[in-house]
Amino acid sequence: MKIMVAVKRVIDYAVKIRVKSDKSGVEMSNVKMSMNPFCEIGVEEALRIREAGAASEVVAVSVGPAQCADTLRTALAMGADRAIHVVSGSLGPVLPLSVAKILKALVEIERPGLLILGKQAIDDDCNQTGQMVAGLLKWPQGTFASKVLLDKEKQVATVEREVDGGLETLSLDLPAVITTDLRLNQPRYATLPNIMKAKSKVIKKVTLEELNVEIKSDLEVVQVTEPPKRKAGVIVSSVDELIDKLKNEARVL
Amino acid sequence: MRRGKSLKCFLAGCHLYQHSACIYPEIPNSASAIFQASRISLIHYPESPLQSYDKFNPLRHVCPMASRGGVLHRPNKESLIATSRIHQRSFGSTTINIQRNPSFSMINSDDINYFRDILDDNTVIQDEDRLSSANIDWMRKYKGSSKLLLLPKDTDEVSKILRYCNSRRLAVVPQGGNTGLVGGSVPVYDEVIVNVGLMNKIISLDKVSGILKCEAGCILQNLDSFLANECYLMPIDLGAKGSCQIGGNVSTNAGGLHFVRYGSLHGNVLGLEVVLADGTVLDMLGSLRKDNTGYDLKHLFIGSEGTLGIITKVSILTPARLSSTNLAFLACEDYSSCQELLLKAKRGLGEVLSAFEFLDTNSMDLVLDKLEGVRNPFPSSLHKFYVLIETTGTDDSYDRAKLETFLVNSMEGGLISDGVIAQDINQASSFWRIREGITEALMKAGAVYKYDLSLPVEKLYDIVVEMQLRLGSSAKVCGYGHLGDGNLHLNISTPNYDDNVFAQIEPFVYEWTAEHRGSISAEHGLGLMKADKIHYSKSTETVRLMASIKKLVDPNGIMNPYKVLPQSIYSP
Repeated sequence: MKIMVAVKRVIDYAVKIRVKSDKSGVEMSNVKMSMNPFCEIGVEEALRIREAGAASEVVAVSVGPAQCADTLRTALAMGADRAIHVVSGSLGPVLPLSVAKILKALVEIERPGLLILGKQAIDDDCNQTGQMVAGLLKWPQGTFASKVLLDKEKQVATVEREVDGGLETLSLDLPAVITTDLRLNQPRYATLPNIMKAKSKVIKKVTLEELNVEIKSDLEVVQVTEPPKRKAGVIVSSVDELIDKLKNEARVL
Repeated sequence: MRRGKSLKCFLAGCHLYQHSACIYPEIPNSASAIFQASRISLIHYPESPLQSYDKFNPLRHVCPMASRGGVLHRPNKESLIATSRIHQRSFGSTTINIQRNPSFSMINSDDINYFRDILDDNTVIQDEDRLSSANIDWMRKYKGSSKLLLLPKDTDEVSKILRYCNSRRLAVVPQGGNTGLVGGSVPVYDEVIVNVGLMNKIISLDKVSGILKCEAGCILQNLDSFLANECYLMPIDLGAKGSCQIGGNVSTNAGGLHFVRYGSLHGNVLGLEVVLADGTVLDMLGSLRKDNTGYDLKHLFIGSEGTLGIITKVSILTPARLSSTNLAFLACEDYSSCQELLLKAKRGLGEVLSAFEFLDTNSMDLVLDKLEGVRNPFPSSLHKFYVLIETTGTDDSYDRAKLETFLVNSMEGGLISDGVIAQDINQASSFWRIREGITEALMKAGAVYKYDLSLPVEKLYDIVVEMQLRLGSSAKVCGYGHLGDGNLHLNISTPNYDDNVFAQIEPFVYEWTAEHRGSISAEHGLGLMKADKIHYSKSTETVRLMASIKKLVDPNGIMNPYKVLPQSIYSP
């Protein structure tokens, strides 16, 4: 069985986000970019499934500009077998529905038994792509997975997911879509020997035309603004003053 | 679930930053949703300040004189300012007493009234709790008994305080973040503590030259966050950055992790404003890179550890913050490989090399054992040495390719036995956490005997090996530090303080260092710990000239007494 993992290149989560002065978006130039942390968890899970013998190949895929190859290289350095880079060219941001359509087209070519995605990307926080692609493929979906068990014989994936009330366990018939939550695993580091090996692995470039997917944006970004500035705190001199402020200024009492 | 925590922190916006923004409203508070969380290092104080105190005084026991029998000083209960205890400091096996200098006055109520007159009420502190934390250093090795903590708001107040103290012969200890490791920032007896923490304003940043002017009490990390918005970077970076203040950094000439790239504060500090013991304000706050007019006196104050005056303002040249940083954590099997790797890194990584740090297997063990959430990058095998190589440049893919090529060649050449490269800032932070967490891990392990040595690189690790042979199984000897600068942190850890272990270490470690023409203090300073050890690194003539300068600038000797220079220079 083959596992396909979708990875997204995002601004590193430790980088301080700056809004562009024209409010058209956030500053992306000269900013450290990394793999979306949830995608990293997805790659790790795919590798663990392969190492446990339940899968034979892990294919990492990404949609985006030329630099996405770096993100795919990271997936390869972690241990993915090969990679596919869908070049978005000058299209700008590709929104979840478009990504879902692209992934569907890739799935139809690659025929994986399992498609793993991060539950969301930390840049737009959409949390939509996994669900959409499952819908388009008419595959069962296990989102927010905190534990995945694969039964190779029965072709069933058991997925534990963290829901508000506790844990929910789903049994999915393969092929299926799984999106990863934070506690699924701790991704491995890219070791030097694996980085060396990754250099000889193939990153196949694919265009949208080749996939026969047409992308049009259904959404328009009107404006991006910073959150309001946080005010400095004050030190109150007495409990009475605090209560007074809570009652009359903050109006929480 | 460290990763989980960090991500949650990201998702929630960082509490830390919000917290610091409350305390330091002068620092512009960026509204961005994400705090630059890379390599935040907080000093974790033990829960109870006094609980672990006894085991943390390997070099000096601090106890009331009364307990020795013999001399008994009765505290004068009526007087609110009298020193209630006279301290005896025992240097392990070789007991030396530093006597309180009898020429210093004791504080009286008139003094307090004077300070209340010239300062705001809430900046004249006599509260026991606040004094007790200002009296003790963060390693809890050195404890004074000051009865007064002053928090001046500006240079003028510092000047008034010192002028008065000088006229009254009241000894003064300047204090910043109190993160020093040699007892330089806490009183020895009843010195008045002058903490410049409230002087935390950023005065200006020249956006073209990158020259930053700020007050001495600015916290290093806050300065760096401020500069990050302008794409500049503080040229120093050290584990205590969340607490230490720039004034203290400059007065101790702190080194840190990026020394190999940006060099010493003697090079980066362009100007200072200093208040001398008699209250004179020396305005040397230039912001010129080149200025050859007479003696460059600011250098006297950089690294003089507050013994010549109090630094109140700093003008510092900050390098451009480059967008691409890469970090590799590597394993080496012997020390000679580490050395050769350094040589090759200087040649092969050249302009992008920004840190070259090393730690040995004992240090690694300790960190993994004592610190929560630290992850071993090489879980399957043990290695003798670990090296961190950081590169900083302008083009991420170029820098990365360069680093990878260098590392692959080094691995093929057998210099590196294993290695990992951080794929994102979070991974980089977790690698740095190992290196920066050693001090904290050592504190948690029990008593620690700390030495900060400059040595020729090829000899640098020999002292660790010799020390291991000398001490055998009685102690754990850890060697780590800034290999790129020839700076070894030699730390010896025992579960409890042991006189016999101490006698095995000192004076051997100093003699060995002197024999190899090293320095007994590379970046920590002399403070109280090594004031009488200066002769191991400096000639008699040099020390004599230092003493003359001290007498000239501070004739009454009130500035940070008992520190840096040996007491013997004051005897006639």
